[in-house]
Amino acid sequence: MDILTCVKRVPNTGEKIVLTDDKQAVDASGLGFTVSPHEECAVEEAIQQVEQHGGTATVLTLGPEDASDELVTAVARGADEPVLLEAPDTSADPMATADAIVDYIESRGDGEVPFDVLLFGNESADAGNYQVGVRVANALGLPCVTGIKDIELEDTTATAKREVSGGWEVFEVPLPAVISVKEGINHPRYASMRGRMQARRTPIETVEVDLAGDERFEMVELEVPETEAAEAEILGDSADAASAVVDILEELEVL
Amino acid sequence: MVLALVEHVEGEPLEESLQMLTLAREIAEAEGESVHGVAFGDGVDGLTDRLEDAGLEVLYMVSLDGIDRYAPIAWAASLEQLADETDPAAVLAAGTDRGNEVLAHIGARNDLPVVANCLSVEVGETYTLERQRWGGSLIEHARLRAGPKVMSVALHELPIESAGSGAPTVESFTPELTEVEHLVTVDRFEESEEEGISLTDANVVIGGGRGVGNAEDFDKLEELAELIGAAVGSSRAAVNEGWRPHDDQIGQTGAKISPELYIAAGISGAVQHMVGCKGSKHLLAINTDPEAGIIQKANWAVLGDLHEVIPAITEEIRRRQGE
Ligand SMILES: Cc1cc2nc3c(=O)[nH]c(=O)nc-3n(C[C@H](O)[C@H](O)[C@H](O)COP(=O)(O)OP(=O)(O)OC[C@H]3O[C@@H](n4cnc5c(N)ncnc54)[C@H](O)[C@@H]3O)c2cc1C
Ligand SMILES: Nc1ncnc2c1ncn2[C@@H]1O[C@H](COP(=O)(O)O)[C@@H](O)[C@H]1O
Repeated sequence: MDILTCVKRVPNTGEKIVLTDDKQAVDASGLGFTVSPHEECAVEEAIQQVEQHGGTATVLTLGPEDASDELVTAVARGADEPVLLEAPDTSADPMATADAIVDYIESRGDGEVPFDVLLFGNESADAGNYQVGVRVANALGLPCVTGIKDIELEDTTATAKREVSGGWEVFEVPLPAVISVKEGINHPRYASMRGRMQARRTPIETVEVDLAGDERFEMVELEVPETEAAEAEILGDSADAASAVVDILEELEVL
Repeated sequence: MVLALVEHVEGEPLEESLQMLTLAREIAEAEGESVHGVAFGDGVDGLTDRLEDAGLEVLYMVSLDGIDRYAPIAWAASLEQLADETDPAAVLAAGTDRGNEVLAHIGARNDLPVVANCLSVEVGETYTLERQRWGGSLIEHARLRAGPKVMSVALHELPIESAGSGAPTVESFTPELTEVEHLVTVDRFEESEEEGISLTDANVVIGGGRGVGNAEDFDKLEELAELIGAAVGSSRAAVNEGWRPHDDQIGQTGAKISPELYIAAGISGAVQHMVGCKGSKHLLAINTDPEAGIIQKANWAVLGDLHEVIPAITEEIRRRQGE
């Protein structure tokens, strides 16, 4: 099984999101970066499937040179081949992003898709466009399933399950296929310090991409929504507060 | 005209779809046009009754040859064929798993931009809109110029309003599908055994985070939950530690809860956690750190060790019940 997993680098925001002065991006200084939990799970899934079936786990990101850190993390976890599609930043729209990924895939095959499975996150953490994987699938003429939380691969088919209220919808699709996954499909392993040191030595295939932005959709600016600052009433600082808590439960009639 | 995908379960429209119709009607009104709904599968009778006040002029009931379950590409192809006939200004769906997936296919197949999780739209030649990013912790202001405008609507942000319009005219529609459009369908449904009260239905949710410290001490939360009929949830940190299954996770990449009361114990209040519980009517935080971000977002706080506070609450309830 040759598997390509696409991950997007995003700021590792925590308690608060702070924007840059021009409101065009999240101020990432001092935060560090990560990828969506869905994509962490996609990488883990690729590694597990390759462990089970053999093959290679290629991991790809489109972004600036620094975004290769996320590739190093994936390699430290067990991915084989890192690919950087180098662009000025990660703000490309989903159409341009999908185009660049499709171009790369086509450049590697002679008219055939050189992977059995293309894994994506269900949605990117920052933009949440819910579409790059679907666009790649359509451009390559591949079947596509999204929101998947269980994958079984056989020689020529994938069985993929999507969680819905009360159970699971089961899809069977021929390979090669595009599958976007959700967190919970597996439990991603940590990258060890040693793994990370070794991963830094793995050469990264770097391809510069030229992104033609789509002018039909245009971001104006970002905004942090106002949250009403609730003035929390402090009920106490120890087990003695229990009585006040139960008073509230009674008041809310939830007992 | 605005074409709107109305999802339903056996004739009962999804709340999310009814919320979406609020925005669909707004857009249609500004465009000086009407809303046409599109629904798949059986349950026609019930559905038209339930959509009595939804402001739909027409409801297309689509039946798919040889497909009786969800099929993303066939759904997309059906909406496209209806759009060819009706030339809509916009195509809308709720930002559910299905809605976002079907719209993404429409965008991909027709080279159109797709804007996910919209909150508001100002109609004009160019649409000026607001949409959610970061799972709802950020708002993006944007402009959309393409035609038709393909947009999904953010979940649980808009009210469900009655348009008092009377029942829609029902029209049956059967699209012509190619073999490829038949390819991806749900082959079968597997039921899961749900035990206990689900996070999304519970009246009270007790969430535990890294502050719980280990898997065993979640028993303290479970004991209280059982006593008051609550559900236990957790932060991603507790899931990553392996203390809880991912099913329990609340947040951007987990469950979205809306209980009467959320008790967050040993959880710091990261934005990605808070977007999962912002539907809660009341928030009580239990945290040793008075500076923890969650305290600012809570109605009440106990600034103490959850390992002592939670069992004390359980004990106090038992004591009062014993009286
Ligand atoms: C793209 C993305 C998506 C994410 N999605 C999610 C998501 O869906 N859900 C989610 O939860 N997180 C999510 N996260 C992670 C999130 O950013 C935080 O890392 C996480 O929520 C922190 O969990 P926590 O509050 O349990 O841990 P911490 O931040 O470590 O907080 C622990 C808290 O416990 C308190 N504490 C410690 N000991 C005690 C004690 N004995 N008694 C009482 N209090 C105590 C501490 O004071 C502290 O406030 C996501 C992150 C990213 C980047
Ligand atoms: N810049 C990028 N580089 C690599 N993969 C990406 C990038 N942007 C999006 N993706 C992939 O596409 C998925 C869906 O993204 P989106 O359509 O933005 O929600 C993500 O979960 C990633 O797997």
